[in-house]
Amino acid sequence: MARITLRVNGTTHSVEADPDTPLLYVLRDDLALNGPKFGCGLGQCGACTVHLEGNAVRSCSVPVSAVVGKKVTTLEGLGSTAKPHPLQQAFIDEQAVQCGYCINGMIMTSAALLKQNTNPSEEQIRAALAGNLCRCGTHQRITAAVRRAALAA
Amino acid sequence: MRDDRRAFLKTAGALVVGFSTGAPAWAKVLPGAVAPAKTVDKEALDAWLAIGRDNRITVYSGKVDLGTGTRTALAQIVAEELDVAFDRVEMVMGDTGTTPDQWITGANLTIAQGGSELRRAAASARAALIQRAARRLGAAPADLVVDEGVVRVKGDPSRRASYGDLIERGFEIKVDPKVALKKPTDYRLVGRNIPRVDIPGKVTGEWTYVHDFRLPDMLHARVIRSPIFGARVVSVDDRAARGIGGFVQTVRKGDFLAVVARSEWAAVKASRAIRVQWGEGTRLPEKNTVFQTWRARPVAKTDSTQKAGDAPAALAQAARRVKASYEFSVQTHASIGPSCAVAHFKAGQLTVWSASQATHSMQTELAAITGLPAAAIRLVYLEGAGCYGRNGHEDATADAALIAQQIGKPVRVQWMREDETARAPKSPPRAMDFEGGLDAQGNVIAWNADFWIALNHIVAFKPLDFPLLAATELGQPKPGNWVGFLFQNAGMGYTVPNIRVETHHVAETFFRSSHLRSPGRIENSFANEGFMDELAHAAQADPAEFRLRNLKDARAEAVIRAAMKLAGWQSRVGINPAPGSGNIVRGRGISYTRYNNAITYVAAVAEVEVNRDSGAVRVTRLCIGHDCGQMINPDGVANQVQGGALQTVSRTLIEEVQWTPERVTSVDWTTYPIARFTDLPTVDIELIDRPGEPAWGVGEPTAVVIPGAIANAIFDATGARLRSVPFTPDKVKLALAAAAPAARA
Ligand code: FES
Ligand code: FES
Repeated sequence: MARITLRVNGTTHSVEADPDTPLLYVLRDDLALNGPKFGCGLGQCGACTVHLEGNAVRSCSVPVSAVVGKKVTTLEGLGSTAKPHPLQQAFIDEQAVQCGYCINGMIMTSAALLKQNTNPSEEQIRAALAGNLCRCGTHQRITAAVRRAALAA
Repeated sequence: MRDDRRAFLKTAGALVVGFSTGAPAWAKVLPGAVAPAKTVDKEALDAWLAIGRDNRITVYSGKVDLGTGTRTALAQIVAEELDVAFDRVEMVMGDTGTTPDQWITGANLTIAQGGSELRRAAASARAALIQRAARRLGAAPADLVVDEGVVRVKGDPSRRASYGDLIERGFEIKVDPKVALKKPTDYRLVGRNIPRVDIPGKVTGEWTYVHDFRLPDMLHARVIRSPIFGARVVSVDDRAARGIGGFVQTVRKGDFLAVVARSEWAAVKASRAIRVQWGEGTRLPEKNTVFQTWRARPVAKTDSTQKAGDAPAALAQAARRVKASYEFSVQTHASIGPSCAVAHFKAGQLTVWSASQATHSMQTELAAITGLPAAAIRLVYLEGAGCYGRNGHEDATADAALIAQQIGKPVRVQWMREDETARAPKSPPRAMDFEGGLDAQGNVIAWNADFWIALNHIVAFKPLDFPLLAATELGQPKPGNWVGFLFQNAGMGYTVPNIRVETHHVAETFFRSSHLRSPGRIENSFANEGFMDELAHAAQADPAEFRLRNLKDARAEAVIRAAMKLAGWQSRVGINPAPGSGNIVRGRGISYTRYNNAITYVAAVAEVEVNRDSGAVRVTRLCIGHDCGQMINPDGVANQVQGGALQTVSRTLIEEVQWTPERVTSVDWTTYPIARFTDLPTVDIELIDRPGEPAWGVGEPTAVVIPGAIANAIFDATGARLRSVPFTPDKVKLALAAAAPAARA
């Protein structure tokens, strides 16, 4: 066990954890940030996506020791029900959720995409999200929500 | 904290904290809170509804929201019938201590059955409150009107009383099964696209899934199960696990094995460090001959599912006979989030926070496993990842219960990916044989079909005999499957004079089998609609017109015509004459089913591209006509229709559980892939609303028409019949090779 200092959503936290602990478990269990989800722990599904220095990464596959001194942003860091991020608002407007378990990954991956490409085409959105799995078949609404957010910006 | 809230949180076993702090404004009922137990007697009105002095309505629903939006739709139904504003209503779902048992959430029944029960309760409540208001205000009931939960005397606005003023100690009466219901023409909430109440929380991380629920001093567990199918524990050596920081203990009871630790990561590491010697397993049948094996298995019973005229005699006289066999592979629910449950056992009381779609029947299932009386077991529902049937939720629930009972401390069990993909129940395999006869004019005169379906083991219409993993590991053998009503839609839906349809119920499956979205109906409709297409082709008819010609039901015709119109259906006989481009050929196919031959009508047109060289199929568009009667929330319906369609594209083209004789080798997303964004079509939908007609379910019907529509589109593109789901490139190439001589002839 080691004392590890993290910067998450603009706040500095200090946690006791094994350095090899996946970031996902620290975010969820130590910081009670429930946005990122455990989907596979294997880097295959995207449910655990967070931003590391603004880039979408899979927090199940990043050891917590690797993010020391770096900026981590989770779904909670984008916005809240009281003050949603434009993408979160677009997902609400498109009702782009079924069970919603994959949606953290969809929003975090799209948020990273929109920073690089402010006006992505349907094809570009699909390509960017191709590594994020949704089992409920919400894909069409998800791409519509990302388009909506891009157009609103 | 307000007093009522504090009282609310007090429980026999646990003081609940750790709920999300930023719950949406409407959510006064804290997720996972263990409220004092109350009546759950279905006849008692207080079982269904409570009204606060603040005029807030709490609805107690035994049906749960599995991520399909029913929390919102059921609240719409209640608010409508009660004449209150939508945002006055809060839903408590699936808590065995406070909600009546409305049977499991499934079988497409949440709105039709669950909604009707809630509607009657709400109407009974409204009638009772009007009676009370009449007495209090000294007016005849007929002179009273209700407006947003306030009862007023017509023409005298000063004489009024709110529901909260009238409720006193509760209703203390029975639900009136014959209560007058509101006229659909007076609806102001039902039929509207009220946004789902769970979505804001779900897109911000504020929603509490069962995975997110925490108790003070909660420990973390991982279960350890043999990768070898059916193998028992010979010996366990946990010395290496004990050396891991944060390790608490190993739990072993019979063959049930788990490790408990202070953190999730320590539990994961301990589960990897523990050394287990496994015995011999049970051999699985060879996968490549599974359908032969399936047909040869002992049959528990054969039912005549549909019979009209004399099909064998009509076949003997047919001018043209067509024969074909169909198959549907073993698939799995593959939920995006591996199952999870939290449990606490204290002072003889077991509380389990569970995502099970069957919390009430789990009370009994857990009683068998723990030896506790059912009355000492409380299940509190919290949403999991979408399950689409009985996935791992129930097994994880049992795991958590058992571990909590052994250690006496709050514990969270999180399944790993492999647990969910490889160990959760599977859909059973399926084989179907057809022979049809046409007369000289191309009319269908005979339809003869045999379906090899898995036997459903049901006790009192509940899955009480289901072999939960923990039960088996404890040495409590259970007879078998809870696969749903697989005979449904074996009967064909067209007006054919001579029909013989039999279902042969195979006594035992080799995997634990459970229902997977649209169980039975999806396999049956795939085969029926594929074979119907074969007959259309033999009759030299356009497949859509052929279907319409054999239907006498205006609503069936309407959904077919709606799908045809969306797709711009071009009528033609024979396969698509267009040459395609390069190796790519295109086609369109149609499929229609009335769910259970009794409720929701749905038709789909699929458009596909087939690569003749690689065998790869791409579905480019789906056009769906859908009629579920009265729609409660049309956008919610559309969401389910799209979801059912897209999920089934994945099932149709890709999904198949892989195994060797020793083990299930589908363990993750590379070994059980599902469709990705880049694989999926656009879905266009026409929802036909039928205000005033019964409201039927929408979660399952769309799925059933997708495999047939895709198979028929592939035929249109290539002349090859795909009769075995999934349509993998290898199977497509085989079908192309088989079709080539016929097409050239
Ligand atoms: S949970 Fe991290 S990619 Fe699946
Ligand atoms: S909404 Fe359920 S997995 Fe995507």
